[in-house]
Amino acid sequence: MRHTQWLPLASARENRAERSGGAAQIVSARVQTTKERHLSMVDETFDRPSLVFDERLSLVAGMLQRFTWERDELSPSRTRIQLGGQITIDDAAALWKRISETLTHIDEALQGIEVELSQVERIDGACMALLLQFRTDLGQRKVRCEFAGGSKEVRRIVDLYGGRKKIRQTRAKRRPVSAVAQVGDATLNVIEEAKQILDFLGRLVVSTLHVARHPKSLNLRDVGLTIERAGADAAPIVLLINFLIGFVMAYQSAAQLKQFGASIYVADLVGVSMTRELGPLMMAIIICGRSGAAFAAELGTMKVSEEVDALRTLGFLPLPFLVIPRMVGLILLAPVLVLMADAIGICGGALVASLTLDITPVSFLIQLQSAVKASDIVSGIIKGMVFCSAIALISCQQGLATSGGAEGVGRRTTSAVVGILFTLILLDALFTVLLGVFGI
Amino acid sequence: MTKPMVTVRELSIGYGKTTLLRDASFEVERGDIFVILGGSGCGKSTLLRHLIGLDTPISGEISIAGIGTPRLEGAAPRFGVMFQSGALFGSMTVAENVAFALQEWTHLPPEAIDAIVRAKLALVGLEGAAGKQPAELSGGMRKRAAIARAMAFEPNLIFLDEPSAGLDPVSAVELDELILALNRNLGLTVVMVTHELESIFKVGKHCIMLDRETRSIIARGEPQRIRSESDDPRVRRFFNRETSVPQWQ
Repeated sequence: MRHTQWLPLASARENRAERSGGAAQIVSARVQTTKERHLSMVDETFDRPSLVFDERLSLVAGMLQRFTWERDELSPSRTRIQLGGQITIDDAAALWKRISETLTHIDEALQGIEVELSQVERIDGACMALLLQFRTDLGQRKVRCEFAGGSKEVRRIVDLYGGRKKIRQTRAKRRPVSAVAQVGDATLNVIEEAKQILDFLGRLVVSTLHVARHPKSLNLRDVGLTIERAGADAAPIVLLINFLIGFVMAYQSAAQLKQFGASIYVADLVGVSMTRELGPLMMAIIICGRSGAAFAAELGTMKVSEEVDALRTLGFLPLPFLVIPRMVGLILLAPVLVLMADAIGICGGALVASLTLDITPVSFLIQLQSAVKASDIVSGIIKGMVFCSAIALISCQQGLATSGGAEGVGRRTTSAVVGILFTLILLDALFTVLLGVFGI
Repeated sequence: MTKPMVTVRELSIGYGKTTLLRDASFEVERGDIFVILGGSGCGKSTLLRHLIGLDTPISGEISIAGIGTPRLEGAAPRFGVMFQSGALFGSMTVAENVAFALQEWTHLPPEAIDAIVRAKLALVGLEGAAGKQPAELSGGMRKRAAIARAMAFEPNLIFLDEPSAGLDPVSAVELDELILALNRNLGLTVVMVTHELESIFKVGKHCIMLDRETRSIIARGEPQRIRSESDDPRVRRFFNRETSVPQWQ
């Protein structure tokens, strides 16, 4: 019994041949006969009342191909698929459809399929790969599949892609990991990360003691460079952001305070919030985004390009040489940036107070003096220094833990920024509780 | 009789739970050019990392010039290392890279360091590249600059990781000749990792071949003799460039 399935639509072939210029001559007498059959098939397809329009359209679209796929059932246990024409990547979708259909309709009695290639004019690597996958899938269903025949060129492609080799047993697919297991893995990863950071902190303390005993071993060049890049270069953005924060905070609270006739207390609100909380926090968030990410990427790149190893072979300890200068630089510039952030934030608040609440700058300053204590400013500065230490610690640890090339650098940089932001919020909460407990 | 420059006794190395080499023992004589060779993934570069003290072995002993596993940091370098990529410090010029260890570990005035740096760069044929950044150099120049940096401290032992990998044939030959010249004229002991047959036969005096399957040394001796005398099919396959993949028509 012989079935002919999904034969090519000759008009499509002619159109393609026309586009490619002159190739129309390849249409042989056999194709001409086939053309008539195609046209009748298309007509039949459109005339079948059982199909809705979409189904008819998709059936006809499946015929837009330049190859033939003819299936002969030689016996209940043996089938031959005769391929013909040109089978290239343009036809890969149609070929894959034939393969999928064949795989879904395999009789239990079937033991072997012979894929006959003698009529194939041309086949490319992509379609050969699909045929190999067909053979592998058949092999998994205990159906033997062989490629037979073919011109010299076609056989070359078959040989190149291993079409004559025995099928390798493919590994069992990984079982999907359950959501609970994923949550468990993620938790273990977080714990492992925390352990690594603590381990790094311990080694950093030892290195700091070493540097304290031998101050000359401190890489002063990098301290200066860090202060310049993370401090001077970051100052404009720190100033702008904190000005806007002070401005917005005063603006939002102005209307509320006005209702109670307590407009003057906008100075208290802005002053205390900026000095105790927002000044150091916003400064740290900006430093995290600019310098934390830069440190992680810089050290990560050094790690993957073996520069850190080279440093070690020249007798340098990576922690005192690379990490401590960055940490010292950030800690030294923290008070300056925090004070700048406090001042500019308060200026933003004073501007709003002056514009919307008719509070003169002098009145604002007098009220501010009575509201903000030295301890507020000092606690903000200490907070800023602790935040900067955390930024340097986490970003450098992540950078030095990098492996796996450029992708690893990107992954560690992202981890560094996320880890720092989480740590900053955690430290801020801790500070708030501790300062509250001690009444500072 | 002088002590060997490098002595390795029953060394087992690996990473994580993977063992790459088991109970390996070998010696590198002074003035030798010793090649560690083998196919991809057999642990050549990992062995080199252990020899220079970057990684800790699972078991076994490594001694360099009669002193046990070296502690790298906190002391002047006892040997030079050239990494596969060159690993020059990207933020420094070529001259600063070469001068780096000298500035840290000697009390020489800057003028003296400059003179040494110029001489080292001339030695590797990079006189005109002193002020360039590593990113401005070609692959071959980067590797020569890395050799100059490794030679800055006048070591009598140098480790080279895949010196000719990724270089065009002319640059690879130039680098081989540089290695031979350093060995011949300075008596420098060279331990290098490579799988480039041309380099092995041109510069290698002795070699060991590692095997990924057995995780052991499967051949040792002079490269030419191993090629002509070894009966081991794995060794013959490596030296005769026989492939296990089909011959493309």
